[in-house]
Amino acid sequence: MLDLLNLGLAGYIAFFLATALSYSILCLGLNLQWGQTGLFNVGVAGFAAVGAYTSAILTTPPSDMHFGGFGLPIVVGWGGAMLVSAAVTGFIGLATLRLRSDYLAIATFGVAVTIQLVALNAQWLTGGPFGIGFIPRMFGGLAGNALAFNFANLATIAVVVLVLYLALERLVRSPWGRVLRAVREDEEAATSLGKSPARYRLQAFVLGGAIMGLGGAVQAHFIGFIAPENYLPTLTFQVWTMLIIGGSGNNLGAILGGVVIWALWALSGSAIQAIFPPEQQARAAALQITGIGVLLSVALILRPRGLLGEKIIVSRHMDLADTLVPPASAKAD
Amino acid sequence: MNLQFLVDGLLTGSIIGLGAIGVTLTYSILRFSNFAHGEFISWGAYATLFTSGILGWALGGAVPAIGPFSFGWTLLVAAVFAMALTGLLALGLDYVLFRHLRRRANAITAVMASFGASMALRSLLEFFFTSSPTYFSKKLQIAKQLGLGIRATPDQMVLIGLTAALVLSIHLLLTRTQTGRSMRAVSENPDLARVAGIDVARIVNITWMIGGALACAAGIMVGLLVQIRPYMGFDLLLPLFAAAILGGIGSVPGALIGGLIVGIAEAVAVQTVGAEWRAAIAFLLLIVVLIVRPSGLFGVRS
Repeated sequence: MLDLLNLGLAGYIAFFLATALSYSILCLGLNLQWGQTGLFNVGVAGFAAVGAYTSAILTTPPSDMHFGGFGLPIVVGWGGAMLVSAAVTGFIGLATLRLRSDYLAIATFGVAVTIQLVALNAQWLTGGPFGIGFIPRMFGGLAGNALAFNFANLATIAVVVLVLYLALERLVRSPWGRVLRAVREDEEAATSLGKSPARYRLQAFVLGGAIMGLGGAVQAHFIGFIAPENYLPTLTFQVWTMLIIGGSGNNLGAILGGVVIWALWALSGSAIQAIFPPEQQARAAALQITGIGVLLSVALILRPRGLLGEKIIVSRHMDLADTLVPPASAKAD
Repeated sequence: MNLQFLVDGLLTGSIIGLGAIGVTLTYSILRFSNFAHGEFISWGAYATLFTSGILGWALGGAVPAIGPFSFGWTLLVAAVFAMALTGLLALGLDYVLFRHLRRRANAITAVMASFGASMALRSLLEFFFTSSPTYFSKKLQIAKQLGLGIRATPDQMVLIGLTAALVLSIHLLLTRTQTGRSMRAVSENPDLARVAGIDVARIVNITWMIGGALACAAGIMVGLLVQIRPYMGFDLLLPLFAAAILGGIGSVPGALIGGLIVGIAEAVAVQTVGAEWRAAIAFLLLIVVLIVRPSGLFGVRS
């Protein structure tokens, strides 16, 4: 972190936004699962870890510190990350999606704990507590020039977020997206219309998991190093807070939430560094988590729709009609 | 294979069982899985540590230990006091947080809030007491040979007995008293229970008090047998859920038996696979139960 001081403000902002937007990718995945479909996933950290480790193993140069090191291009790593995360989510989904929603929460919590345990203990595969280093960084050739490096990374991550955003918005407005919300709101009604809730749930869950895997991989290639302690339940909790504060059910809200909460996190971190003496900073950092926890609880009680609430989207063909006849829900605002 | 795993498993299982009873009661009566339940275990242990410390200070020095055990009577007094405090903590958390969310159409937001509360509560402990472990007593205990290659310390033996007594009294409370009948009625059908004249709010409060007090007892056991640290309860969360679901949601004997199964399975895994994989055992059991028999051993199909 020290060389950040030499970055200058513009460089720091680019570094900050690139990190924040990488969290936004995780939020977009969670928004598809929770915001659109109502699937309660408490294992975000685990699915991000699967993506990060998969991409790291595929792209690093051969190493005897962990499995492989296949030296493949970064894009192949990203694709592999999405596939493997999708496979893990699919397995968990098949086992639990037909049960009560709480069971999905408990099972995903468990899978994240177990994935973190594998990252920590299966040294032949993951490098164990030492993690995986030398992950090829995007625009690694620019590493000498921190400003250019951070801006190039920011631009790449922003493009990933934009592509995901446009694709997800299209999906949300498609017939498929409507079924997801129907399943979320009234499962029996959706069933009576001939839609299989289990199938749509599994599809949304797996697609969301793949997006989380991509988010984990993007973060890994931005930082260049991953270790098991990056994927503790705190990460899951941060991403959830981002989505709830930003606006669950709204893709723009998911992106915004990532930036807002990461800004709060960074600011509160600097505040703690400024207020507490160095030997007290480790314990004071716990206050950051307490603060975010309180923020999440207050938001859930007072403003569950977040900064940007869910928009009523029926179909993209209906957007025009909305301007002619105000929907009934408009009166409530 | 050494039979020692039975004692180790029985002890871990008792701890998990005590916690799982609270989880299963909140799940069946309040209808949400409380991710903050592990924090009641940690807060209970720290409350006991704090109270017994104050008692010791007021009496001008540590009180001698009782007989062969590692603790003195101040710890017993502190334990009772801390169990009440932890019950109040659970009640307070419900009052400021869960109460507002449980009634919403989408009750799962209460689960999310409990996840946030769990993070906040644990981090507060880390702030106040730091993350380094502490102990009730540094006194070393000599394990007694019980035959068949099994050894146990006096603390371990009395704790197994105390767990049995606690669980039995909760079981009797639920099955033999009017309060217990009301609790089961609310868990069956809250609306019907209300119509039948049951004070549902009072039942909810009693549920939180019992869950908090038992979690505190589990925390004291962990403190006596292992160590006290802010993560102690959170690390038990997955075993608690696994035990509650394995035993069948709503069943107190089921939660204890589920806890014992998870505890013994963990002890076997520690001997055969290695201690570092212990935390994955609860997850494996959980997935197997969810696939094979989601209603658990003693649960009713819903």
